[in-house]
Amino acid sequence: MPKKDRMSGNEAVAYAIRQVNPDVMPAFPITPSTEIPQMVSTYIANGQMDTEFIPVESEHSSMSATIGAQAAGARSLTATSSAGLALMWEELLLAASNRMPCVLTLVNRTLSGPININCDHSDSMGARDTGWIQIYAENNQEAYDNFIQAYPIAENGKVHLPVMVCQDGFITSHAVQNIELLDDDTVRDFVGTYEPEEFLLNPGKPVSVGPYSISAYAMEAKKNQEAAMENSKEVIVNVGRSFERISGRKYGLFEEYRTEDADYIMLIMGSAAGTAKQACDDLRAKGVKAGILKLRVFRPFPAEEIAGALSKCKCVAIMDRCESYNGNGGPLSMEVCAALFKYKTDIEAISYMYGLAGRDFTVDHVYRIFEEMEDHINNGTDVEQYQYIGLRKQEQR
Amino acid sequence: MNQGLEIRWHGRGGQGAKTAALLLADVAFKTGAYVQGFPEYGPERMGAPITAYNRISRDEIRVHSNIYTPDLVVVVDETLLHSVDVTAGLKEDGAIIVNTTASKEEIIPLLNGYKGLVYTVDARKISIETLGKNFPNSPMLAAAVAVSGVMDKSAFLREMRTSYEHKFAKKPEVIEGNMRALAMTFDALADELKDRA
Repeated sequence: MPKKDRMSGNEAVAYAIRQVNPDVMPAFPITPSTEIPQMVSTYIANGQMDTEFIPVESEHSSMSATIGAQAAGARSLTATSSAGLALMWEELLLAASNRMPCVLTLVNRTLSGPININCDHSDSMGARDTGWIQIYAENNQEAYDNFIQAYPIAENGKVHLPVMVCQDGFITSHAVQNIELLDDDTVRDFVGTYEPEEFLLNPGKPVSVGPYSISAYAMEAKKNQEAAMENSKEVIVNVGRSFERISGRKYGLFEEYRTEDADYIMLIMGSAAGTAKQACDDLRAKGVKAGILKLRVFRPFPAEEIAGALSKCKCVAIMDRCESYNGNGGPLSMEVCAALFKYKTDIEAISYMYGLAGRDFTVDHVYRIFEEMEDHINNGTDVEQYQYIGLRKQEQR
Repeated sequence: MNQGLEIRWHGRGGQGAKTAALLLADVAFKTGAYVQGFPEYGPERMGAPITAYNRISRDEIRVHSNIYTPDLVVVVDETLLHSVDVTAGLKEDGAIIVNTTASKEEIIPLLNGYKGLVYTVDARKISIETLGKNFPNSPMLAAAVAVSGVMDKSAFLREMRTSYEHKFAKKPEVIEGNMRALAMTFDALADELKDRA
C-alpha cells in the first residue's frame, strides 16, 4: 500500500535509495555534497540497507570509484551538487563512454562566481554533453519517482548509459512537502536484481574496460554511444508507463499542461514548472489561452517531440535557469530553437533567463511573460528575443 | 491565487526559525493538509537574518516561490525589527507575532504602521523557565499554531510529542521541557485569543 508522508526532496531521494538498496555508493561526505549521502549512511548504520558506502576524498574520486564498482559488476551510485559535479567532469565522460549504467543523484546548485550556494541549473547544464541521461524533477515526489525509474532505464540492454537524476537545490531539496511513498517490495520488484552481461569480476568471461582505442575504431565507439542515447528515449517512455502501473503517476519525456488549445506556451524545467502551472490556471480563469510544457528529460533531447508539441501554438517562451554566455540565450533555448527550425515549426520564440543563483521566480513573472507573448502576437509589439526576468530595477541596485 | 495560509518566519541563524517552519509543516500535515515548509538561505553564519516559510492548504501546493503577501509573520528575534521590514506585504487582516519582553503598545510603533493584529510572546522567559536555555523556536511555533488556528491545542501537543520523540531520539531529556514550553505559550496567549474570538 502506498503511504502518504511529508519529507524534503533530499529525504525523498535517500528513502528511494534505501528501497532500491544498490550495491555500492561512493560519495564525498561534506560540502558541496548534499544531505543525501549523510541520510543514506544513517540508514546503513541502522542496518536498514546493506549498500557498501565509501567516503572518498573528492568528487573526482567518488565518480572514479562509482565507475570502478559498476565495472566490477555492482549496481552503483553517487550523489553530489554544484562544484562537486564540476570536479567529476572528466570521469562523467568515462562513465558514459564505458557504458556504465550507474546513477548520480544531483541537487542543482549554481557554480561560482559570484560565490553563491543557491539553485540554478549551471552544474548539470555544464555536464549536458558528457553522455549522461538527464532527468529533472518538479518536486520531491518526482525526485523520488525519477530515482526509482533510473536503474531500469540505465540497465536496459538497448541503453547501457548512466543516468543523472536532478532536483532543484533548496527549492525542493530542503523543502518539506507532501509525498506518496511506495512500499519497499513494490520498489524492489520494479527495479529488479542487477544482472550485468559483462563485468570485470567474472573469471569465466574476461573483459577489458576503458582500454586505448586507436582512431580506426574510436569513432565507431562514439557512434554506438550516440545510438544508445537515441534508443534511451523509447526506454524512458516505456519505463514511465510501467511506473504508472505501480504508482498511478504518469511520466514521459515531458508533461503537457493545458497545451491542447494553447496559443501561448511556456517551456520550463524543474521546480519553476509548478509555479508556472499555478499561474497558468490563474491566466486560464481570465480567458488567456496559456499552457505549460514541462521538460522532464533534457538528455536525450526530445527535439522532434517538442517541435510537434509546440506546432499549434503561436508563441513559446523558453525558460533557461543557466547562462550559456554565447550572446543568444541559454542551452535549453538554443536546443529548442534548433528543433523548431529542423522540424519546420514556424512559431515565435522568446528566450528568457530566470532564477540564476537562487533568484526567486514567482507567479507574477509568469503572468508578465504571458502578457508579453500576447502583446507581441496580437499587437505586433517588438520584444527582446533574449532577456532576463526578475533582475533588480536600476533604483534597487 | 488561493494558496490557503501563508506564513513567513524571521529569525537569525542558529535560533531555529527554519526548524520551527519544518515542524509546523510536519504537524499541519497530520491534519490532512497539503503543506510546504522551507528556508531561504542568506549568508551562512550564526546570527545572520534568515527567513523561512510555510504554506498550508486544502489544495495541492504547486508554487515554489518565496511568500510575499503572508497571512502571518513570526518574528523570532525582535532586534530584526530595526533592520528588516518584517511587515512587508503582510495582509491587513493577518497578524504578526513578535518574541519580545516589551508590551504590544511598545512594539506597534516599530511595525511601519501595520494595522492588523499584533501579538507578543516572551519566548526567552518561557524557554529559560522550561528548558534552562534560550531556544525561542518552540514557544514561537506554539504561538504560530495558536494564532493561526491551524489545529487545536490538544491535537497540536499530541502531534508535537510524536515529532519531538523522533527529532530528539538521541536526547530525550529535552522533550518534556519543550512540551511545557509549547503549553505555556498557548496559555500565555489564551486570554488575548479569546477576546478575538
